[in-house]
Parts: sequence; C-alpha cells; structure tokens
Amino acid sequence: MQALYAQLLVGLINGSFYALLSLGLAVIFGMLNIINFAHGAVYMMGAFCAYFLLNVMGIGYWPALIIAPIAVGIFGMILERTMLQWLSGLDHLYGLLLTFGLALIIQGVFQNYFGSSGLPYAIPSELQGGLNLGFMFLPIYRGWVVVFSLIVCIATWYLIEKTRLGANLRAATENPTLVRAFGINVPRMITLTYGLGVGLAALAGVLSAPINQVRPLMGADLIIVVFAVVVIGGMGSIMGSIITGFALGVIEGLTKYFYPEASNTVVFVLMVLVLLVKPTGLTGRATT
Amino acid sequence: MTDFNMADAAGTKSGAASPVLTVENLEAWYGESHILHGINFNVNAGEVVTLLGRNGAGKTTTLKSVMGIIGKRTGTIRFGDVDITKTSSDKIARMGVAFCPEERGIFASLDVRENLLLPPVVRPGGLSLDQIFELFPNLKERLNSQGTKLSGGEQQMLAIARILRTGARFLMLDEPTEGLAPVIIQQIGHTIARLKKEGFTILLVEQNFRFAATVADRYYIVEHGKVIDGFKNSDLQANMDKLHTYLGV
Repeated sequence: MQALYAQLLVGLINGSFYALLSLGLAVIFGMLNIINFAHGAVYMMGAFCAYFLLNVMGIGYWPALIIAPIAVGIFGMILERTMLQWLSGLDHLYGLLLTFGLALIIQGVFQNYFGSSGLPYAIPSELQGGLNLGFMFLPIYRGWVVVFSLIVCIATWYLIEKTRLGANLRAATENPTLVRAFGINVPRMITLTYGLGVGLAALAGVLSAPINQVRPLMGADLIIVVFAVVVIGGMGSIMGSIITGFALGVIEGLTKYFYPEASNTVVFVLMVLVLLVKPTGLTGRATT
Repeated sequence: MTDFNMADAAGTKSGAASPVLTVENLEAWYGESHILHGINFNVNAGEVVTLLGRNGAGKTTTLKSVMGIIGKRTGTIRFGDVDITKTSSDKIARMGVAFCPEERGIFASLDVRENLLLPPVVRPGGLSLDQIFELFPNLKERLNSQGTKLSGGEQQMLAIARILRTGARFLMLDEPTEGLAPVIIQQIGHTIARLKKEGFTILLVEQNFRFAATVADRYYIVEHGKVIDGFKNSDLQANMDKLHTYLGV
C-alpha cells in the first residue's frame, strides 16, 4: 500500500509538470497558432537560470521562483519579436520546425558547456524533510510542488477565463483582426502571451530543479510526453490541459504500481486511443 | 480615372461642416486580386452617408480599408486632417473610428457582458451602460449568455452597442440590417436616427436602400471598385430609375 501512495505522489508531481507545460503550450497555440517545440528547452532554461542565480549570484530558490520565469519569459518575447512573429498566417508546420530548430540550438549550446550529466540543486531549507501522514511518508518539497503548481494553474485559468485581460486574449484568439480594429494592440498582446507561456515552462523548470537535477536535456525528455498530454487534452482548452496534465500524471503513477512495464508507454497508448475516437482531443474544439 | 463631381458637390453642400473622412483614389487588394480601383468620397461631420451597390462591388472593402485592415491599399484616406492611409488599425480605432463588421464579429468565447466591454474606451463621451440598455433593453437581460447564443437581431444590437461605449464619434456600419426581421430593422433604424441626432457621424454600407432611405443624408453608388454616382437624399426620387439600374432591383 505504501508503494501505491508513493507512486501516486510521483504521478501527481509529474502531473504538475505536465499541467504547467501543457497549459503554456495551450495558451501559446491559442494565440500564436504555433506548436511551440521550444517548450522543453525553455523549461530547461528555467532550471539553469535558478542554478546560475544560486551558484553565480548567490540568489536562492525563492527569488529564483520569480526571477527565472521573468528572465526566460523575456528571452521568449525576444524570440517572438525577432522570429516567430514573421510566421503568423503560415501553416503550423513552419512554427513547429522553427521552434524545433530553436530547441536543438538552445539544448546544444547548454550541452556544449555543461555536458549531459545533471547538476545538483538543493531543496531550500524551509522545504526539507518530510511529514509522516500515517499511511505514507510525504517529502515536504514534493507536496509543495503539487500544491504550488495547482495554484499557479488555477490562477492562470482565472486570469484567462475570468478577467478583462483574459477576455481580450480570448477574443484575439478568435478574431485578432477585429480585436485590433477596436484599438487593442494585438501584436503586443501576442508577444506577452508567448512570454507568459514560456514563463510557465521556466517556472516548472525551477520547481523541478531540486527533484530531477539540472540537465541540458531535461526538457527534451519531458516534452515528448507533454505533447502526448496536449494531444489527449485537446489544444486550446485551458482547463482541459490542466486536468489532463494532472490526470495523466496520476494514470502514469498508477501504471507504475500495477503494471510497471507499461508505465513509459501508457500515455502514448491513451493518445492513440483518443486520436482514434476523438481526434480533436477530449476537451478540444474543432479548428477551422 | 473617372472622378465623380456630383458627389463632391453634394458633399460640400452641407454648409460649413468639415469632412470627417476624405477618401481619394483609394485602391485596395486582397492578396493578388485588385478590388478597389480608385474610390473617391467624403463624409462630413454629423452626416449619415450610405454606400450602395451590388454584392462584390467593393463596399465592405472600402470600409475595411478605412479601418486599416486591408493589407495592401494605396491612395489617400484622411480622418479629419490626419492621413491614416498607412496607419495600423488599432491606432485608427484610438483616433475615434469604430467599425461594426458585416459578420457582426460577436465572440463565442465571451459572454454578452465581455463582448460589450471588449472595445476599450478611446475617448470620453461614449454612451454609458445605462444608456446602451435603454437603447437595447434585450441586451440587459442576456448579459451572462454566451455571445453567439443570442438571436441574429440581438447579436447585431450587441455589435452596435459595444462600439457606442468607446467614445468614437465616427461609426462605420457594414450592412447592419442583413438577414434581420422587419421589426428589428426598424429598431436599428431608430437607433441610427437617434445617434445622428446626438451628433454621431455614420458611414453605412447597405444593399437595402429602402432602409438606407430612412436614415441617410447622402448616397454613393459603388460598382466594380469605383464610386460611379452620388446624390443627396432629397434627390432620391429623381434618381430612382438610375438607382434601380445600378442595384438591379
């Protein structure tokens, strides 16, 4: 029984990362119509940013949680302004290829300087240790990651679905030309949206640094699963990508307990099944 | 280039009123297709001017060019004294130009309230929400409905209502009566008449000239991407035969 709970927790942790990353992908796809293959690379950059802040500047985990997403978000906005914006109106394939190329370059640069092995990043002292819940032992840091990710996801959902700014964003997703003709600076909004999606990925990177170590390819391994999550959940739905992210993490965790051999493939099996039955994903709307 | 003088005569006729909008030699393209071949007209402050013409004549493209949402356009478009030919649409909107598109452009992912509040206020003097609900009482009852769940008439009212909030004094309405029931058309006619009384300047695109005749001060006829004729509302009867030929009705 202990092992089941432990796997459930691992599933929730992975689910947190899936949710944060697929949320960012969904937001970016909705606004820019770009399948952001660089998402894993910016996730990795978030973790490295935290690592540099600590080891070069002596800035710890808590400030890094804010600084890294902003810094990497700004990097993303520069990418959008200098490259991605020229792809608007073109086929998805161009954005996919460009961001895939960017991911390879970014990861290559980091690999050149840091190799492929992991760099350690310590759990902040406030979150060290664990709690004995009776039925299981809960490492505090892991509990924190799950709770904090959930809060960030719900805050992002609230921002997009319930606020004035979010209404502008949703409207611009539907009809950017008309929204711009109302006097809203849509190009700037697109840049900020890309920054937001990238920032969420970087935040996930910082959260994962103490758990998974900091490696140049940490994002490349994860992003493949995240894309499967996005396909299952359906592109473009905010709540859908959050729920699917957490749910698939848990399903993966349960598979590890009940049938470990399938734990690495269960997400992809589900993806195939969903594609066969509902090609737009569980919560996705058909696009025109 | 056939310049059309009678329209200019009609334009300057409305006394000291200065032109709010001046369009000269406007040409516009959708991708490779050349849609407008030299459009000339003007709209004076406080007027309701209607562009009439058949489907595909270039009326909608003219409005979109003024709004800055047609990629390739040449010629001159002046709003007041400012040349806006090369200005981006968000800046044009911020100068006080508001556009109600033919397809209404109600957003499905926004509820009625969000649709109504979407266009930012660009200058003081727009209608308050209470004034808007007085004009369109239906909207008040449906504030929490999804925008596209409204009836066609309600969607049209919403599309007009949301640009009245912004403080823009120059409105461009693209076929606001298309596909609507007579009673709703009447309501929209009353609204336009009232806006005119309050000093709004309106550029209307219509195929329904019977409706246009109830609100317009002047008409321009658009055909094959050019303005080919124009007259005042008072000369409407005299021009009826010509109008029937132009519009094929």
